[in-house]
Amino acid sequence: MEDLVSINNLNIEARTRAGTLKVVNDLSFTIKKSETLCVVGESGCGKSVTALSLMSLLPEGILNVSSGDILFDNTNLAQLSEAEIEGIRGNDISMIFQEPMTSLNPLFTVGEQVSEVIRRHKNLNKEKAWVSAVELLDAVKIPNPDKRAFDYPFQLSGGQRQRVMIAIALACQPKILIADEPTTALDVTIQAEILALINMLKQETGTAVMFITHDMAVVAQMADRVVVMHPGKKVEEGTVHEIFNNPQHEYTKSLLAAVPKLGEMASKKYPEPMRLVGEKKTKALKPIVGTNEPLLEVNNLVTRYPVKGGVLRRTVARVHAVEDVSFTIMKGKTLSLVGESGCGKSTVGRSLIRLVEPTSGDVNLDGQNILSLNQKDMREARSNIQMVFQDPFSSLNPQRPLFDQVAEPLRNYGTVKREILQEKIGDLFDRVKLPRSFMQRYPHQLSGGQRQRIAIARALALNPKLIIADEAVSALDVSVQAQVLNLMMELQVDLGLSFLFISHDMAVVERVSHDVGVMYLGRLVEIGPRQAIFRNPQHPYTQDLLKAVPIADPDKRKSERDLNFKPLPSPIHDLNYKAEPSVYRKVAKDHYVLTTDCGY
Amino acid sequence: MLENEEIEEPTIKPVKEIFQTFFKSYSAVTGLIILIGIAVMGFIGPIFYPTDPFDMVWMPFSPPGADGFLLGTDYLGRDILSQIINGARVSIAIGFSAALVSCFIGVGIGSFAGFYGGWVEETLMRITEFFQVLPTLLFAMVIVALFGSSVLSITLAIGAVSWASVARITRSEFLRIKELDFVLASRSSGSNNMALIFKVILPNAAAPIIVQSALLVGAAITFEAGLAFLGLSDPNVISWGQVIGSNRVYILDATYTVTFPGVAIFITVLAISLVGDGLNDALNPKLRSR
Amino acid sequence: MLLVLLVVVVLNFLMLHLAPGDIADTIAQTMGGADEQDMAELRKQYGLDQPFFIQLFNYVVRVALLDFGHSHFYNLPVFDLIMERFPATLLLVFSAQILSLFVGILLGVYAAQNPNGLSSLFVNMFSLFGYAAPVFWTGILLLIAFSLHIPIFPVSGMRDITIESGNFFVHFFDVLRHLFLPMITLASIFFAYYSRLCRASMLEVLGADFVRTAKAKGLSKKDVLLKHALKNSLSPVITFAGLSFSAVVSGAILVETVYSWPGLGTLAFNSIISRDTPVLLGILIFSTLMVTVGNLLTDLTLKALDPRIKI
Repeated sequence: MEDLVSINNLNIEARTRAGTLKVVNDLSFTIKKSETLCVVGESGCGKSVTALSLMSLLPEGILNVSSGDILFDNTNLAQLSEAEIEGIRGNDISMIFQEPMTSLNPLFTVGEQVSEVIRRHKNLNKEKAWVSAVELLDAVKIPNPDKRAFDYPFQLSGGQRQRVMIAIALACQPKILIADEPTTALDVTIQAEILALINMLKQETGTAVMFITHDMAVVAQMADRVVVMHPGKKVEEGTVHEIFNNPQHEYTKSLLAAVPKLGEMASKKYPEPMRLVGEKKTKALKPIVGTNEPLLEVNNLVTRYPVKGGVLRRTVARVHAVEDVSFTIMKGKTLSLVGESGCGKSTVGRSLIRLVEPTSGDVNLDGQNILSLNQKDMREARSNIQMVFQDPFSSLNPQRPLFDQVAEPLRNYGTVKREILQEKIGDLFDRVKLPRSFMQRYPHQLSGGQRQRIAIARALALNPKLIIADEAVSALDVSVQAQVLNLMMELQVDLGLSFLFISHDMAVVERVSHDVGVMYLGRLVEIGPRQAIFRNPQHPYTQDLLKAVPIADPDKRKSERDLNFKPLPSPIHDLNYKAEPSVYRKVAKDHYVLTTDCGY
Repeated sequence: MLENEEIEEPTIKPVKEIFQTFFKSYSAVTGLIILIGIAVMGFIGPIFYPTDPFDMVWMPFSPPGADGFLLGTDYLGRDILSQIINGARVSIAIGFSAALVSCFIGVGIGSFAGFYGGWVEETLMRITEFFQVLPTLLFAMVIVALFGSSVLSITLAIGAVSWASVARITRSEFLRIKELDFVLASRSSGSNNMALIFKVILPNAAAPIIVQSALLVGAAITFEAGLAFLGLSDPNVISWGQVIGSNRVYILDATYTVTFPGVAIFITVLAISLVGDGLNDALNPKLRSR
Repeated sequence: MLLVLLVVVVLNFLMLHLAPGDIADTIAQTMGGADEQDMAELRKQYGLDQPFFIQLFNYVVRVALLDFGHSHFYNLPVFDLIMERFPATLLLVFSAQILSLFVGILLGVYAAQNPNGLSSLFVNMFSLFGYAAPVFWTGILLLIAFSLHIPIFPVSGMRDITIESGNFFVHFFDVLRHLFLPMITLASIFFAYYSRLCRASMLEVLGADFVRTAKAKGLSKKDVLLKHALKNSLSPVITFAGLSFSAVVSGAILVETVYSWPGLGTLAFNSIISRDTPVLLGILIFSTLMVTVGNLLTDLTLKALDPRIKI
């Protein structure tokens, strides 16, 4: 087939204060007409920069093409004038971006923003452009498009905004659509919808797609061919089956080894660490058995936030963040709470150690009811439960050296004498496999994975019984994520720790958990042993969630072309609203499914 | 270790980095030198130029350079050079102490409002809003007119009316930072509220507060000059604004009597804002490497 | 808004109450001394012998009925005095504010197109100047320049008293000619602030994702800049302009004094000299009212600009 785009020996340099830095190094590949090429790599590998250079949109003065050329339809883009490039952008080459929240102009209606690109390239008058904008919104499955066209972006959900972006990109029937991490910021069901939509539109219009992502599972879903990039260079290129079934380059192999694949734990009763490339093959991967002794029992937990309004700032409504949630965590085991954004899973974690005050319910840790404790006793109880947070950039105090941050809990509780503090902190650094020389460093001198290790060391300092890991690996690159997950599992075996693992990632959850709870709109809709939940999901939401998760295996592609999951209802209710208690049906031993209404 | 992410080797403290960035900027260093120069002039200058600024030393309106008076004499025949040297002390002292007063009030109100939220925030921010709509100069005029024009009352008046911006900035920084994970982590590892406010959040909120306070020093100096220009200054001390104010009736006959003290204010405040800009660049986390 | 005014009134009363000496003292002073009996009578006349809260209540009621007291210097009710001067200040404050916003935004947008160029340097230098030069000093320098060297604009007052007849336009242009220098002086500080802020805000918006989207649509540089970027960069500038209203009023007081502009500022200056406290307090209430109205207008403008803002 004919080449639509051909990139030859492309070099891109970044100008920084330290000097010039090569971000793309001698890169060559082609994109054929009507094919989907996935460019995959971890953060900072130069994949987005390559896409921007194809659009001639590299930020001036910061990034520039130092050599090589980009041919589009046999035309060298570098030889075109600015006006000619503007005529191609949005017309023959168009692009959608990662952040649907910020990619639309907040001050114009979506109808205006879609019709603008049509008027720019198609020479239609205002009315006709508006009519075809509404048609486009319909084509990307926005309900009531004639009314929604008058909405501003802030009135739409994240998924709908990304649909609008796709409508803008496809408005002029481009020859190629560049999608730069278009689903990374979205929930998994929305991601499945958007991926299905891109595939459907691609088949209808025959446009080529250059799909940029860090997620091997998405690659397996979307790609015809794959280019793997690793710091600025192409390390491997091939069809999607070649890459997944017979990877040649070491980096591709390690990347694939680090990706948890949904379903690969189906036959194993207990979680076990991942086997990473570079580790000794002889090292045994021991399953983590745990105990059946309850550590933490949560009964009928309810957390609601007031919504203030009016002149007098009175409570006018409540956010029902957590509604009647009960579960038990065993000593030495991991319970995962999984669900999409806004389902209340993080609020559960924070309610347990009363970072937010629960409205009602019981939380028993080793027989002690935490919610009835006074401030002083609560402080003591907190030393038994520690948290690890999501964002490795904000979970450490930028102004204090790492030693102080790990020592902070010990100093607060005064449990360790000054003389042995140094040694104790050193042990903790050893535990999380960071060199002791890091103690006097500041957080900005660490990589994301290293920061997360510090956060874990800090959580371990007080010898807690339970660690609440709130999306603790979500912001990390996949190879680093695998290492941190392995570290956590190792600590679980060595120290007998229990984890409450809060995550949106089904594949990671399958890898680490003994038990799994699925949350939707503040309710726990299904809970049970991991194998039961993944093999025999009972609740319609659990089933849909599992249907939506992409699997990192091109042979297990989703066949649905037109997914449309139910949109999330609002958790805000007025003051008179009476929340019903949660009633569960027993499916099997320890496996329960919600029978009352949860809004899904 | 398997991690292949890049990290730089040397361990530099952030504070050191801030100083490095600051001293790399020519304009910031120039500003700092000028400022130090003016302060030195104000505090030890009178030793080398002992003419009393209140003494009538010569004929009124002697032009600059004539009769041995470098900057001439004013309407009472007082030496303008001596007035400028001695005025520096008062202007700078009032500028810094008034800024300190507003910084204290502003940080106090802003941090408590931002940290506690709820009705505390509501009440404190209503007060702040109120001070924002109050025409500051008029309010200070009323205070000074009613309570007398001593250096102390002028300083307190300026401080009392200009803290609103500091409070607003402090509050918004607190609102942003208190939601960050490291604050939650610190709370869950047993830190109490006072430790969170002063040891954890405030150091991280310091940058914009320091920059704003630096700008307030300059604003307070012009503020004092404005009050003095309207005749509301301490009659027992000489300040730059007062020199302009007392000569303003004669500006068309002796322009230099208002030009020179004006230039002195201008240069001082300019130097302060250069330092402020330098601090801003040095402290701004966006520009610092993450 | 009413709450703010009420607080100002109460604050006024508190300051009057706490200040050393009272109205009776002041009047006695201007009359050249009075004996104990006269003082007591004066105090009774002004209700100063009543309990604190009764006095406060009476004061608030009087102010609510637009009775701000009597100016013993002008021998006129304070309210009449203020109403006579209020329009001049209103004209000066709003014309300076609008002019500085307009020029500031224009200059800011221009400079943002070339963040390291000459225009950016100019904007930065100018904003330093606007911050560092005391407004009354700038006024005096302009006054010297325009009275001694280029006498094309009047430097004092608001009207030419020699023009007696003439239609509306003659008077209008006369006021405009007088307004020019005070307005420019007052605007000079603020347009320095606004241009710098607009440049910064514009630079930030130009780096935003939706500007990249606009470019990716193939829009021309002009459309990206003036349609997508400008509208988004205005909010912080307008917000800051709203916050600056009280500073503009403060500046106006100094500028009026320099150019003898017959507004509240000159009135305030005269009442300080004559220790005419009721007038000063009345001016404080009225200028707070002016700032509050200015803030309200700012909020409405922001609302019109941004659909996300609800009032």
